[in-house]
Amino acid sequence: MFDQLLQQIVNSLLIGSVYSLVAIGLTLIWGVMNIINFAHGDFLMIGMFIAFWMYTLYGIDPLLSIPLCAAGLFLLGYLVYRFIVSKVMGGPGLAQLVVTFGVSIFLANFAVMLWTPDFRLIDHPLLSGTWMIGAVPLSIPKFAASLGSVIVSAAVVLFLRKTKTGKAILATEMNRDSALLMGINTDRVNALSFGIGSALVGIAGAFLSMYYYIYPQVGGLFGLISFCIVAFGGFGSIEGAFLAGIVIGFVQTLGGYFFDPAYKYAIVFMVYLITVWIRPQGLLG
Amino acid sequence: MRTFTSRQVSVSAVVLVLLLFFPLVARGSFPMHVMIMLFMFAMMGVAWNIMGGYAGMFSFGQVAFFGIGAYTSSYLLVTHHISPWIGIFVGGILAALTAAAIGIPCSNLRGHYFAIASIAFGEIVRIQFNNWKLIGAAEGLTLPMLPESFANFMFHSSKAPYYYIILGFLLAALIVCYLVATSKMGFYFRAIKESHEVAKVLGINFVHYRLMAIMISAFLTAMAGTFYAQYILYLDPESVLILPISVQIVLVAMLGGAGSVIGPVIGAAILIPVSEITRVMLGHKGTGIDMMVYGTLIMLISVYQPQGVWGLLSSIGRRAR
Repeated sequence: MFDQLLQQIVNSLLIGSVYSLVAIGLTLIWGVMNIINFAHGDFLMIGMFIAFWMYTLYGIDPLLSIPLCAAGLFLLGYLVYRFIVSKVMGGPGLAQLVVTFGVSIFLANFAVMLWTPDFRLIDHPLLSGTWMIGAVPLSIPKFAASLGSVIVSAAVVLFLRKTKTGKAILATEMNRDSALLMGINTDRVNALSFGIGSALVGIAGAFLSMYYYIYPQVGGLFGLISFCIVAFGGFGSIEGAFLAGIVIGFVQTLGGYFFDPAYKYAIVFMVYLITVWIRPQGLLG
Repeated sequence: MRTFTSRQVSVSAVVLVLLLFFPLVARGSFPMHVMIMLFMFAMMGVAWNIMGGYAGMFSFGQVAFFGIGAYTSSYLLVTHHISPWIGIFVGGILAALTAAAIGIPCSNLRGHYFAIASIAFGEIVRIQFNNWKLIGAAEGLTLPMLPESFANFMFHSSKAPYYYIILGFLLAALIVCYLVATSKMGFYFRAIKESHEVAKVLGINFVHYRLMAIMISAFLTAMAGTFYAQYILYLDPESVLILPISVQIVLVAMLGGAGSVIGPVIGAAILIPVSEITRVMLGHKGTGIDMMVYGTLIMLISVYQPQGVWGLLSSIGRRAR
């Protein structure tokens, strides 16, 4: 019983930390531009496919594809901002909400056209197997993904706090007009935030590709959960998104364990609804 | 109260007469199917507009009400042989009650937070229905074949009766929307949409009016759900409870022009034929190209026509006068 519970706690942390990284990417965009990128999950899918094809075509392990996934997704995010999102920024709120749904539908089906709806798996990643910690098995690729997610998340916080560009992003997030008056090029900050947020989800995609199924619709669920995490953690709060990601990892794993695995995502959404009912601004908002 | 100009009345009358004669001249079943889907989504767009366009709650979870309507009447028909004409009202009431239950915790949410909460709600309903043995879980429900008659809400030889029924539903929804929009309630809705704080200061019972908007919208959407069940005669969670239906409803309202009574009808008249025709022309190989076209269309609308076509048409109309 104790071992089983310990196993659930380990699983919660493993998935929760990856959720955190996905959500931090989303919250950066949300916080700076007040735009929800509904294609965020599909960006994750593209990241996973980049890692998959690098492995399948050139035998390059997902761990080594991380820089490529980050760069590829940075470019994708940057282009989506420049040519689509920036065009609706001054428009009605509804158009801002809907436009990224269009991007999402387009990308998911673009992947179907190129690669069929099949499920794929990277069969022999560099990191595989399990460690035994007492009676609790720990999957090595999941542990690496989790550890990597925490490191990248910490690096993002450092980047935002310590570098000039990072400070410009935070300043824009706090007050766009003042930032503009201080001589910050807010349009450039927007594009940069969109790019960085997307790069983070690209890195998460490389991590996930080590052990998760890769298919065009994989982003749907991850996307939905990351919207909940971001709103749960609090508008634009990086720390909030990190904390909420871990909490949601626990809710999902323990909910599935104590109730019914079929309902684990329903429990996540339920907990989210109850939380925003009590605290509409989210945990750290 | 706003009155109609004589030009608006005459244009509407001509369009309505043309629509009434359409089934007599339509060749084959596809044009009829497109028109039926058009009216159905127009009706749901009108229902969305009551809460989204007027009261400012951008719901991306309308599919839950659609599903509740479809499942309630079908369940009552399959297990208790209760007429869908009764089931449609039971479904509507259940959807409205569900809407109230979900509307209370969401009553303080705004903008993006409301949108995400509504998606979460839709997903909860989908997961629940996928695991609910009573209503067939993931296998869904197949409606029994009954002799065709208006009383049975079932027709096999022609789509024309379905066409007239859903056209009637759409007109009813438009009347409801018009009455709401021009009533005191409609002004309260718009006050809430403009500013929560000002509405509160003016003494408007904020939660009460938001709930009214959600419940009316849910009732009408559930009616469309029952219609769909009777039209397709089969339903499962992955066909009647999925997010893309909610998105399509929002698009119909947005493309036409959120916040005008007739807007969603115009939106549906443009979007539904395009999506049905691309699906038939490009979708049969399962290559996803039809959906890529659809996704591109969403981006183009959001970028180039975010205020909706109705705004464009009425500004052209004003200039011509």
